[in-house]
Amino acid sequence: MEFIMQPWPWYVSGPLIALTMAILVLLGKRFGMSSNLRTICTLAGADKASDFFRFDWKSQQWNLLVALGVGIGGFIAANYLTANEAVLIHANSLEELRTLGFHSAGTSYMPSEFFAKEVFNDPYTIAILVIGGFLVGFGARYAGGCTSGHAISGLSNLQLPSLIAVLGFFAGGLVMVHVLFPLIFR
Amino acid sequence: MKGFIYLVVGIFFGTVLFKSEAASWFRIYEMFRFDAFHMYGIIGSAWFLGMLFTLWAKKEGRKSFFGDAITIVDKERSFWRYALGGVFFGLGWALVGACPGPMYTLLGAGFLPILFVIAGALLGTFVYGVLRKKLPH
Repeated sequence: MEFIMQPWPWYVSGPLIALTMAILVLLGKRFGMSSNLRTICTLAGADKASDFFRFDWKSQQWNLLVALGVGIGGFIAANYLTANEAVLIHANSLEELRTLGFHSAGTSYMPSEFFAKEVFNDPYTIAILVIGGFLVGFGARYAGGCTSGHAISGLSNLQLPSLIAVLGFFAGGLVMVHVLFPLIFR
Repeated sequence: MKGFIYLVVGIFFGTVLFKSEAASWFRIYEMFRFDAFHMYGIIGSAWFLGMLFTLWAKKEGRKSFFGDAITIVDKERSFWRYALGGVFFGLGWALVGACPGPMYTLLGAGFLPILFVIAGALLGTFVYGVLRKKLPH
């Protein structure tokens, strides 16, 4: 039990993610989380605006259930399987984050500067969260997949398109962290 | 009843995402600074074992739990949609530290401002659907 309450090391977590994909494939499905965003758009009536959203959403019902489960899993893990939420990242990252004004680094799971309740009264931070989410949603659909669909499923199937997408993920991430962060958080 | 299986798979995956800290904004930041092996170990080992599984699953005659043939479809060949879409995704991933799986994990874990990220992601998906025919693929 002691082991479960601690953060899980990569050599436990990575294989368990591969297992998740394997179970979904053996259930006759595929491992891809961002598809749910499209399904939710369709459910909200986006099929009236674009034929991209005209598909049989019921064929994706199983994936919505996976997403619901992912939320429940987060609830269980955070409330019952975690002794201390603080994420102990490398000292260099901690120091750099404190320079950028993220003083919650090293003491919490998510930066309180972005995810504390006070954010609901802070339009600047809300804008950052919406813009970031927009880029994730737009980029995932444009690229035809996200971390699960490309970095895990696609690379596992040795797909060149997935390699291009993952290199793109990294190019974008590196620009954000190394070039844009110092401009956004001064 | 079949639906229950997917819910359980999701609960398992959500737990792994939280406990591995792959859902933590800090781990994504650390990854893009190359300060630790953690995220590379997670993605690398998931990829390697996933590849062994996929090689096995693609062999002739493999059946799903329900007895149907397993099909793993190849990705459509092209360059621009993957390169450009990938860069947009990466910019957002690094900024909010959450990709489309961890978003739900974080909501369940009680980080309510993630709702703004989810709203943004739905909006981004919608805008892609509307602009799709005008974008280079």
